[in-house]
Amino acid sequence: MAVVPHTRRAPVASSEERLQLLEFLLATNDVAECAERAVEWLVAHAGVRHALCAAVDISNTNLVGLAGQGLHPFDAQEFRLELEQRSHPLVAALTRLQPAVVPPNGYSGPLGIPQVPYLAVPLHSPIVEEEPRLGVLLVNPVLPRVVREARWVADVLGPRIAHLRAHRAYAETQRRLDRDRNLLQAVIDAVSDPILLTDTEGRMLIANNAAERLFAAKEGESEGRQRAVALNNMLFSAALSWSAMATPEPLRRELLLVDPNEGSDLLFELISALVNDPTHGTGVVSILRNVTDLRRATEEIEENYRRLRATEGEMRVERDRLNLIIDSVADPILVTDVGGAIIMMNDPAERLFTAPKGAPEEALLRVGANDAHFSSFVANLLFAGETMRYNGDITLTDPATGRTNPFEAVAGKILSEHGELIGVVTILHDKAEALERERLYEQLKLASSELEDKVAQATSELVRQNELLRRQHIQLEQASALKSQFLANMSHEFRTPLNAILGYTSMLLQGVAGGELTPPHKRNLGRVDSNARHLMALINDILDISRIEAGKMPLHSSDFKVAELIGEVMAEVEPIINRTKLRVETDVASTASTLYADRQKVKQIVLNLLTNALKFTAEGSVQVIARYRASTDELSISVADTGIGIATTDQEKVFEDFQQADNSPTRQYSGAGLGLSICRRLADMMDGRITLHSQVGKGSTFTLILPRQAKRAR
Amino acid sequence: MKPKRRAAPDPESARRSAARAPARASGGPPLVLIVDDYDDNREMYSSYLEFAGMRVAEAVNGKEALAKTAELMPDLIVMDLSLPGIDGWQATRMIKDDPRTRDILVLALTGHALEGASQGARAAGCDGFLTKPCLPEDLCREIERMLAAAAAARSTAKTRR
Repeated sequence: MAVVPHTRRAPVASSEERLQLLEFLLATNDVAECAERAVEWLVAHAGVRHALCAAVDISNTNLVGLAGQGLHPFDAQEFRLELEQRSHPLVAALTRLQPAVVPPNGYSGPLGIPQVPYLAVPLHSPIVEEEPRLGVLLVNPVLPRVVREARWVADVLGPRIAHLRAHRAYAETQRRLDRDRNLLQAVIDAVSDPILLTDTEGRMLIANNAAERLFAAKEGESEGRQRAVALNNMLFSAALSWSAMATPEPLRRELLLVDPNEGSDLLFELISALVNDPTHGTGVVSILRNVTDLRRATEEIEENYRRLRATEGEMRVERDRLNLIIDSVADPILVTDVGGAIIMMNDPAERLFTAPKGAPEEALLRVGANDAHFSSFVANLLFAGETMRYNGDITLTDPATGRTNPFEAVAGKILSEHGELIGVVTILHDKAEALERERLYEQLKLASSELEDKVAQATSELVRQNELLRRQHIQLEQASALKSQFLANMSHEFRTPLNAILGYTSMLLQGVAGGELTPPHKRNLGRVDSNARHLMALINDILDISRIEAGKMPLHSSDFKVAELIGEVMAEVEPIINRTKLRVETDVASTASTLYADRQKVKQIVLNLLTNALKFTAEGSVQVIARYRASTDELSISVADTGIGIATTDQEKVFEDFQQADNSPTRQYSGAGLGLSICRRLADMMDGRITLHSQVGKGSTFTLILPRQAKRAR
Repeated sequence: MKPKRRAAPDPESARRSAARAPARASGGPPLVLIVDDYDDNREMYSSYLEFAGMRVAEAVNGKEALAKTAELMPDLIVMDLSLPGIDGWQATRMIKDDPRTRDILVLALTGHALEGASQGARAAGCDGFLTKPCLPEDLCREIERMLAAAAAARSTAKTRR
C-alpha cells in the first residue's frame, strides 16, 4: 500500500476501511506484519504523521520496535529500550491503562524520533489480564481524531498480538516437548536392556527398541517370530501380574523368554516398579536385564572352579602316588638343600641315614658316619661350579647290621625356574645288588641258550622222525597193496587144486569114478569133502577181507523186503537147524518191512550171525528179530541166542580178525574166526554197525543196525 | 604130462545119462569141448560129462581150443579163462568173431572170484559163467540148462519162420 502523503486534512476512516484492517489482522499470523499494517492504516486513515509500534520481547527485558511510519531517518526495527529504565516515559506508558501524551524531550535514548509530542497508547491483551506490558503505540500529532483512531487500532492490535504471541509460545513449548520426548525415546532406545511402561491392565504404553524386538511383531513377519512374541507377552504378563500385587518397592525376579529371531532361550532379570502418575493413573515400569550370558558365565566359573578342585585332587593323588613310588624305589633317594642338609628322603634312604628311637649306640655312630660320607660326596657337586651332575662311588654302612655296601651315587642339581640352585637330588645304587643281579642274568642267559640248543636239537630230531614216519607210511601202504594183490592171486591159485579135490571127492562119493565104496571109505571120504569145503570157506573169507581192505568191494544197493531176506537165510540154514533141537523163530515188525541197502551183503551178515548163533547154542532157542527205530530212522536185525555167551572182556575181541572168544589151541568150536570181522566191515561199508549184548552162560544178542535209507552212491 | 586117465563109463550110468542128455540140433548126444590147462580138472570134468552121456573133446590152451573148435564144431565150449598163450577171453572173442563158430555156446569157468571177472567174460562173448570150485555135477547141470535154452530159442525161431 502506498504511503499516504502528509496532509493537514486527513481522510476519515470508513467502516469498510476498518473492516479491511480487521480482516488483514485476522488473516495474518506474523506480529510484525500486523504492526506494519496497523501503523500504515493510522497514517492512511487517521491523519497520523509519525507512528511507532513496539512490543515487549519474549524474554520480557526489552521494548523492541516492530513497525514505524514517518520516522526517518531511523528504522523502527532498530528501536530498542530496556525495560529496566522504569523512569522512561515509554516504559511507564506500558503499564498504564489509558493513553497518555509523552511531551517532546520527555525521554532520552537512542531514538531518532522527531522531537514532537506523542500519544502513547498501551497495547493490552484481553486474554491474560495479569500480562501488563504487551507493547505500546506511539502516534503524532495528538489530535482528538488521531486519539480516537489510535485507541481503536490499539484495541484491535493488542489482542491480536497477544493471541499470536500466545500461539507462538504454545507452538514453541510443543516443539520443545516433542524434542525432549524424542530425546528421551532415543535415550531409552539406546539402552540395550528392554524397558517397558505398561498400564494396570498390562497394555504396553512405552517400549524401547529392545523391548519391541521381544514383545512386538509386525504384520508379515515370520510365523515363528509371531508365536515367540505371543509367548513372550504371555510370560511377561504373568510375571507382571504377580509383581503388580506386591508392594510399590521395585521388584526383582527372573524371567525366561524366547529370542524371537533366533529361537534360543533368554534369561532376564525383571525389575518392575509401580509408577503413580496423577494425570495418567498407575503404571508399571519394567526393565529387563539380559542375564543369559551372565548365567552362562556364572556356570562356567562354577565349572572351572569344580575342575580346579578336581585337578587339585588329582594332583594330590598324583603327589601321593609319586611319594609312594619314590618310597618303593629300592634305591635310596635323598634331596639336600644348598647348605648340604638333607631335606627329603625315601624309605630306603631313611634306613641308612636315620636311626630309630632307642637304637643301639653303634647304630647311631654308623648313621653319623654315613652322614659324613654323604655330605662330603654332595659337597663335590655343590662346589663344582657349572657342572650339573656328579657320579661317584660311596661306601655306606647299614646301621642295623653293620654290613658295608658299595654304592654308586648319582647326584643332580635342582634349579628353580630362574636358574638358581635350590638343592641336590642324589640316588644311591647298591652295587653289591647290581653285581649279584648281573651274575644271575648271566646264568639265566646261559640256561636260556642251553635250552635253545636243546629245543633246536629236539626239533631237528622231530623233523627226522617225521620224515622216517612218512617213509614208513608209504612203505606200509605199498605193503598193504601188495598183500591185497597177493591174497587175490593166492585165492585163485588155491581154488584150482581145491576144485580138483572137491570134484573128485564128489565123484567118488557118487560112485561115478571107481565104483561103489565101503561105508568106512565113504565116511572118511566125507571128512575129506567137509575139510575141503571148510578150506574153501576160509579162502573166500580171506578174499572178502582183502577185497574190503583194497576197497574193491562195491555196493549194489536196492530196495528189498526184509522178511523175504530173512526167509531166504532161514532156508539156507534149515539143514543145520534140523540137526539141532533148537527152537528158531523169526519176528519181523511191520514197520521194518523194507530196507534200502546192498541186499547180498545184508544177507551175508545175517547168515553169518545166525550160523554163529546155531554153532554156539546147544539148547534153548535162537530168535531173529527185525525192528524199525523211528527216532534215528534205522532198521535193526537182531539174532538172539541162549548159547554159551561171551565174557565182557572178550566182547570186543570177537570182532577182530582170526579171533574167537576162546583162542586156545584146544578150542571147542571150529572156524577161522573171520566171520564177525567181515560182518563188521560190511556193516561199516553200509554206514551201519553191529552191537553185542552178552552174558556168559545166558546167551548173546548180535544186532545189525543200518540206516533205513543207505547212501545212494558210495 | 600125466597119462590120460579116461575112465570107462559105467554102462548103467551111461545109459541113464544118454537118455537125459538133450538131443542136439543134428541129433545124437551133444559135443562139449573142455579147455583147461590144469590136467586134473580138465580130465575130471571130461570123465564126468562122458559119464553123463555127452561127447567130450579136450584142449590144453587157447591155440588148441581154436583149432579143435574149427575142426569139431562142438555144441558148447567150457572155457577156463587163465590160459598160457592165447587166454580164454581172447579165444572166446575170436570164436565169437568168426561167423562159422559164432553160434557155439561158451561157458566160462574161472578161479578168479574177484569182481569184474564175470563182466569181463560176458564182454568177451561168453554165454555162461561159473566160478571154481565147481563140482562136476553143477557144471553138468549148467551145460544142460544152456543147451536146452538154446534149443528152445531155435525151435521158437523155427516156428516163427
